[in-house]
Amino acid sequence: MTEALARCVGVSRRFGSFTAVDGVDLRLGRGEVVGLLGANGAGKTTLIRMLLGLLATSGGQVLLFGEPPSRQTRQRIGYVPQTLGLYDDLTPAENLAFSAAVFGTQPGQGGRQVMAPALPESLRPYRRAVVGSLPLGVQRSVAFAQALAHQPDLLILDEPTSGVDPLARARLWETVAIAATAGTGVLVTTHYMDEAGECDRLMVMADGRVVAEGTAGQIIGDARVSVVETGSWAQAFDALEAAGLPAALVGRTLRVPGADPADVRRALGPVQAGVTGAPATLEERFFELTLTSSRTRSPA
Amino acid sequence: MTAPAPRGGAGRPTATAPQWWGTEQVCVRFGDTMALDQVTFRAVPGQVSAVVGGDGAGRTTLLRCLAGALAPSSGQVRLPPPLRIGYLSAGSGTYPDLSVDENLAFRATAYRLTAATARERSAELLERAGLAGARARLAGQLSGGMRQKLGVIAAMLHRPDLLVLDEPTTGVDPVSRADLWWLITRAAAGGAAVVLATSYLDEAERAVAVLALDAGRELGAGTPDEIVAAMPGTLRVSDTRPEGEAGRRAWRRGGRWRIWDPPGAAARAGLVGGAGRAGGAGPAGGAGPAGSAVTPDLQDAVTVAILARELTAAGAGNGQPEGGGPR
Repeated sequence: MTEALARCVGVSRRFGSFTAVDGVDLRLGRGEVVGLLGANGAGKTTLIRMLLGLLATSGGQVLLFGEPPSRQTRQRIGYVPQTLGLYDDLTPAENLAFSAAVFGTQPGQGGRQVMAPALPESLRPYRRAVVGSLPLGVQRSVAFAQALAHQPDLLILDEPTSGVDPLARARLWETVAIAATAGTGVLVTTHYMDEAGECDRLMVMADGRVVAEGTAGQIIGDARVSVVETGSWAQAFDALEAAGLPAALVGRTLRVPGADPADVRRALGPVQAGVTGAPATLEERFFELTLTSSRTRSPA
Repeated sequence: MTAPAPRGGAGRPTATAPQWWGTEQVCVRFGDTMALDQVTFRAVPGQVSAVVGGDGAGRTTLLRCLAGALAPSSGQVRLPPPLRIGYLSAGSGTYPDLSVDENLAFRATAYRLTAATARERSAELLERAGLAGARARLAGQLSGGMRQKLGVIAAMLHRPDLLVLDEPTTGVDPVSRADLWWLITRAAAGGAAVVLATSYLDEAERAVAVLALDAGRELGAGTPDEIVAAMPGTLRVSDTRPEGEAGRRAWRRGGRWRIWDPPGAAARAGLVGGAGRAGGAGPAGGAGPAGSAVTPDLQDAVTVAILARELTAAGAGNGQPEGGGPR
């Protein structure tokens, strides 16, 4: 087993009477890409803030590179927050130079000398523009370049690809993969289930806890949905709704996660429809896990 | 373009509902920039349609035309009366300094709903979208997902004939996304023609009809399957990034590499025997791993369209069709 870059053992964080993170275990090794999935409020950002050393734990232990989070461990982490953390009024190169100066240390103090990195080839066309004037996809590339400039051992990305087109997303993931191949461990949150395929392993969080872990295939397991084919989907949608079976519209068919086809058939009553079972998608399974968690949590 | 099938299996269009709302050969110029160039789009009652494209594709401009908020420079629009349109602009379309209830009350007045109708409808939609407990909160204090749900509820409060939603789900977590889709489905089930812009291609695949835009022009239109079928060239998948020229036509997806071969490119590179056949059967021939043929989905087809335009712009396009146009 390789050295764990980051470890959480039974980590919790409470804010007053609210438990944001509840007994989370996590282990991230060298070159591993771990995806953290969860709805808003599931505890992802709180967990990340504890890993960064920005927030103290209420219980359990966080270890980075074998020691508690500190300014020294912070120096070995690259972080891209949702808000990107760039200065809008500076050019990409100025942003990189500033960040390098912040991370820079004197040789001989155990740290590494950080030089202002050369602007990546893909950003050269934008070298004269201030960051605030650039398209979102380009801004995200700048934030990636900034986070990677000091060759971090651990890279933490909070929704790194939100709002950019699929080609720009693919290129950001290429950057992540290059860093991982070089040995950097990556912890990434995303709302795009399609991106789960870029991760070696996924952790699904709900209500502060890890409710599932593994590859997408392992998390989906044998979860199934009922698929309703009908010439009158609107009536079917209403009937299922009335029976407490929320259905998702896909084209002109309805998909009902976690429901048995026989129950769905019964709920449809007089509506003419064909009902079959099908394997669930990761998003459907995720939805089911989140729903189950909130039901067990708040007995309603 | 392919007109979506009229009302097939749709909700319950009223007897007076037309076949479609939309644009016909619409152009929009902003100074020297052609934001929309001859775009035809039809939104069918009781059906969800999606508009996809990258930065600057023209999605917001088209949706503003559909909302009646922007008059085209040329071409025609066919829209319901303004009070029968619901519109969520990019950003949120709610007033941050008003509470959830106040936002909806204001909308209800603007739409000329009776107080009783507005109360009943608001309560139903807020309850189902998980916002019932947030009615007294200021919209500006809601989470991104909650604010978007409020925006969609505000836009559909008056049961519009045409519901136009500009990126309702961008940056929204999957659970809120499911709530938003419930609202969208509710509106379509009630007979509205729903148009949404999205950057999630898996979401666009849930629509009955999709329009893909790029630089103001139509890249493809029809059902998601039709757009995929119209993708020019072929696609391969490989475990490693190809070297050289093919590397420029490659992108990462699902931990592997997709490689696009424009029409004729695969044959020229000696990868396949005949034009039109999927690549991957032949030797690598110095162009990196040949990979194996893969059936594209909507995300692949839209990525190819963006890539084709980029290669054309860079002058590196090696034989791909002008503008990456399908067919």
